[in-house]
Amino acid sequence: MRTVQAVAWKEIQVYFGNPMAYIVGLIFLAVTGFFFVLDLGNPFPEASLGNFYQGATIILILLAPALTMRLLAEEQKLGTIELLLTSPIRDWEIIIGKYLASLVFLLSMIMLTLYYPLLLFFFADPDPGPIYSGYLGLVLYGSAALSIGILTSTLTSNQIVAFVVSAGVLLLLFFANTGATAVGGFWATLVNEIGMRSHFADFDRGVIDTKHIFYFLSVTAFFLFVSIRALESRRWR
Amino acid sequence: MTSELNADVLNEDVMIQASGLTHYYGPQPAIEDVNFRVKRGEVLGFLGPNGAGKTTTMRIITGFMPPTQGKVTLGGYDVVEQSLQARRKVGYLPETVPLYTEMSVASYLNYMGTLRGMEPKRIKLRISEVIDVCRLGDYRKTIIGKLSKGFRQRVGIAQAILHEPEVLVMDEPTIGIDPIQVVETRKLIQDLGKQQTVVLSSHILPEVSMICGRVLIIHQGRIVAEDTPDNLAQRLQGVDQLQVEVGGPPSEVLPALQRVKGVTEVTHRRQQNRDVYVVKVQQGQDLRDEISRAVISSGWSLLNLQQVGMSLEDIFLRLTTQEELG
Repeated sequence: MRTVQAVAWKEIQVYFGNPMAYIVGLIFLAVTGFFFVLDLGNPFPEASLGNFYQGATIILILLAPALTMRLLAEEQKLGTIELLLTSPIRDWEIIIGKYLASLVFLLSMIMLTLYYPLLLFFFADPDPGPIYSGYLGLVLYGSAALSIGILTSTLTSNQIVAFVVSAGVLLLLFFANTGATAVGGFWATLVNEIGMRSHFADFDRGVIDTKHIFYFLSVTAFFLFVSIRALESRRWR
Repeated sequence: MTSELNADVLNEDVMIQASGLTHYYGPQPAIEDVNFRVKRGEVLGFLGPNGAGKTTTMRIITGFMPPTQGKVTLGGYDVVEQSLQARRKVGYLPETVPLYTEMSVASYLNYMGTLRGMEPKRIKLRISEVIDVCRLGDYRKTIIGKLSKGFRQRVGIAQAILHEPEVLVMDEPTIGIDPIQVVETRKLIQDLGKQQTVVLSSHILPEVSMICGRVLIIHQGRIVAEDTPDNLAQRLQGVDQLQVEVGGPPSEVLPALQRVKGVTEVTHRRQQNRDVYVVKVQQGQDLRDEISRAVISSGWSLLNLQQVGMSLEDIFLRLTTQEELG
């Protein structure tokens, strides 16, 4: 466990000591802020974070890959992976450590947005339910997105490739529901269940359904598991 | 044979035992049936031209990748089956020094220590010690990316010895650093070799002779010679094999060649209607003179006489036999 901590702590230090991460954080705040105020133009604006959540889930399609692309691709490029894999640590400790580091950065980024609801509570009388559940959904969604980014970063030593592929996968998962209407019957149900947006929608509405929690946790676990196996397989290639 | 092997594995003094190592990248084997043994406290050098399979061998010993076939035990632990235990015993300096360029020397060493499961107190103590040993004193807080290549190499060595590993594996430890630093690095490795088992690779002959107690020469994935540096140098003097082409009846030529003093073995074969004899000669003797005389004095014609490129010599010719600059 100490090694997981060590890996995570090292990556967290890199995140917070690196302009790239701040740029990512800045863009996140700028875009989500834009979506947050979008509703103010309406004659009767709604005191909710619905727009913010919409914007956040879209921008995370780009930002989660940007946060994770470096994590393993760079180790492979620099050759430091040789050091990691010959140290007495297990492959899962490397992956989990890196994932936790990216999750910590994501959480701190999300925490910076907490002043949106504070503003709402201060100036209006919003329904608190959807705000809490929305944040829970956002964290779960973000965690799943990060795990996809970790996998693509494990598979290549090229950060750009890692970024493009995971952003592509996230885009597909996000807009899968739109495609569900094109096919019918069983396939429509399947695509709907795989798609991320349909699972996020309930959180946005203030509904906390264990089915959706389970979905995002499974996606996270699945991609982390495949990442660990991919790292292991690196030894055999 | 098998029982002998087992006895050796049990022997406390054997630190690394590699048997039948073969590794394929694609269809071509990078190494093929490599066997060797390293005793505790020994300094073993892998000598071979670039691409001979040195790095592959090192990567297998350190558990970075498993061999396609064969087995390595390190301190009694199988590097594939009991990988974690084996990896605990190794300090490794890969060919391209693996450094996190954005970290400072001290925090990098601290991170490596934690990954090796060292206690924080011991890490602190050892960092001071290795920084002394590697003479990095003034650069403790320097960001690694700003260090020169020679200093980066020292940081690489520092991380490899930080946890006082029983085996130190170094892949081309002096490649690409300037001559003065090369001398210092060699001195450092010699000092380390007094306390621990060291396996290193190099393509520079004098370097290996200087540092190592025993040398394995590896060429095209196979170990072609194994000896002390002095003995190897001796074996290189003179010719060991001659290929002779004689115009004469083989039934008479063969015994005549065998009668030449110093010849140990003669084999004959027909090659495109010509009679070719391969003459093995006692080590260190040059019998070209005697053989040509024996052939001509018997009235046969000597069509060809050439030293068969003894594999070892070939390889040595490809090695850098002189100190190169840069």
